[in-house]
Amino acid sequence: MAEAVRDAFGHTLVQLARENSDIVVLDADLATSTRVVYFAQEFPERFFQMGVAEQNMMGVAAGMALMGKIPFVSTFGVFASRRACDQVAISVAHCRLNVKIVGAYSGIVSGNNGATHQAVEDVGIMRAIPHIVVVDPSDGVETEQVVRAIVAYDGPVYLRVTRDVWPRVSPEGYNFVLGKAVQVREGVDVTLIGSGMMSSQCVEATHILSRSGIDARVLHMPTLKPIDVEAIVKAAEETGGIVTAENHNIYGGLGSAVAEVLAEHAPALMKRVGIQDCYGECGGNAELLCKYGMSPQHIAEAAQSVLQGRNYSVRRL
Amino acid sequence: MSSLSEQEIRRLEEIARRIRCRTVRTISEAGVGHVGGCLSEADILTALYFHVMKLDPQRPDWDDRDRFVLSKGHGAVGLYSTLAERGYFSPELLKTFGRINSAFQVHPDMHMVPGIEISTGALAQGLSAALGIALAARLDGKAFHVYCLIGDGESQEGQIWEAAQTAAHYKADNLTVILDYNGVQLLGPVSEIMEIAPVADKWRSFNWAVVEIDGHDMRQIITALEFAEEIKARPCIVIAHTTKGKGVSYMEGKAAWHGKPPNEKQLAQALVDLGCDRAGDAYG
Ligand SMILES: Cc1ncc(C[n+]2csc(CCOP(=O)(O)OP(=O)(O)O)c2C)c(N)n1
Ligand SMILES: [Mg+2]
Repeated sequence: MAEAVRDAFGHTLVQLARENSDIVVLDADLATSTRVVYFAQEFPERFFQMGVAEQNMMGVAAGMALMGKIPFVSTFGVFASRRACDQVAISVAHCRLNVKIVGAYSGIVSGNNGATHQAVEDVGIMRAIPHIVVVDPSDGVETEQVVRAIVAYDGPVYLRVTRDVWPRVSPEGYNFVLGKAVQVREGVDVTLIGSGMMSSQCVEATHILSRSGIDARVLHMPTLKPIDVEAIVKAAEETGGIVTAENHNIYGGLGSAVAEVLAEHAPALMKRVGIQDCYGECGGNAELLCKYGMSPQHIAEAAQSVLQGRNYSVRRL
Repeated sequence: MSSLSEQEIRRLEEIARRIRCRTVRTISEAGVGHVGGCLSEADILTALYFHVMKLDPQRPDWDDRDRFVLSKGHGAVGLYSTLAERGYFSPELLKTFGRINSAFQVHPDMHMVPGIEISTGALAQGLSAALGIALAARLDGKAFHVYCLIGDGESQEGQIWEAAQTAAHYKADNLTVILDYNGVQLLGPVSEIMEIAPVADKWRSFNWAVVEIDGHDMRQIITALEFAEEIKARPCIVIAHTTKGKGVSYMEGKAAWHGKPPNEKQLAQALVDLGCDRAGDAYG
């Protein structure tokens, strides 16, 4: 059984902390859910329980970073991004401090807690704050490498961490590089660009598409900022049409980031699959993906409409 | 002050028991929900909705109704069960709780359920909103009272203290806060996670009137709430000492039951503990 991103995160953090005594963890009464509880058990003296007070927690982390610590500030993504937004912007980002902000239960698939706990604008918020690197890993295997990479990187990072197990996306022998996309399936007709757990839904969608004779490429984009411009341009030039799929509002996240690149470097037809600018609700993961237009079927349909649009514009010429 | 006969107390206690039965059943069947904090708040909600507050379940948007804000939004099922029992909607509807397309979200949504004044779920935001209602009501010359329930873990949020400072500054005497002081938050005892004591002294030093009671003693709850309503020129907080998971033997005082729904077997035990096997009990 594959590991959930949150478990891989929790375990890797412990491994890294054995080698690096500067790593400290700050929690706001959610350690069992976010899995920093593993760290708390092994390194109680480096674990700081801050209570239900996220804004203060973010500021304290900034101070610890000033002293050379590598603070992992852990809470749900909604609270990391929205509640402590100003502290992230000023104390962490403006000061360019080495704080790793971990937003757990990211997106709409957040353990049936409903709208208040679904981080669907966190990427938009974090991407809009200068200096912050934003990472949205797909699976446990990748997460292990991501956590190592962000500890090695000196600067503020926002790490999205999903709750549940999703199908593995990272290929055999995969080597995660911060800022680089990875092609997980070859294809020539259209490119599906996913981030986080939605990359697994893109892979699913390619099976639906191949039944209609469409050969779709899948590009997994774990780093949302800085975005891999080269990979996006290459995909646009080689396959023409692009579909993005994100566990996030279509405003501000992967879809926006890809659209920005395409508009400036390689105009191409594209469609954004994601939450259509609304709040979510309670429900099971599959039900939510279905209702909010984010299932493999929806990705496949978006790809088909991109292809039709491209044929249409070609005909028109 | 209204008369408080033994008979009235017993009536309210019986209602609270039924609310607890509905709460554990709803959470268990949905497989989601925050049972511990719903059980600790049940007596307080019963006192408010069945004795203290001016309200009309047929007219949830009646202008002059007293307002209640559940700042600890994860206590939603306790509030839903109370509203159902009070006649705001059919208890049958609670069977959809936590499921897709349901009005009954894990955290309450004002646009979906009659009787919910404002959506909550991100801790401490409810108290500021309750204060806003109170200040606007005073501006409009409205006589209604605003009640707000907060948690002890929730009290760690800075926003609680920003609101406390502001309410005292504006002498918001039409606002009463009730603290569900069950001593336990999500991960463990409040005293171990992040101590809030001496919390009564803190509120006093913020210029609030403070009353401390046993939050499971119906007579004390009502007496305190009626006292709070009378206080002039200061907001009042009722510090209600409660037990998380109250009424279910294996849940009482245990953080493990903050957000874990009881399974079928555990539900059966809970229903026995709460005396829900009695004929005539609505399980719905
Ligand atoms: C701003 C915010 N941070 C964190 C959470 C997650 N959370 C939900 S309930 C809870 C613990 C609350 O404890 P307490 O106020 O004591 O609630 P009670 O014991 O009454 O259930 C936490 C940390 C949240 N809902 N909102
Ligand atoms: Mg509590």
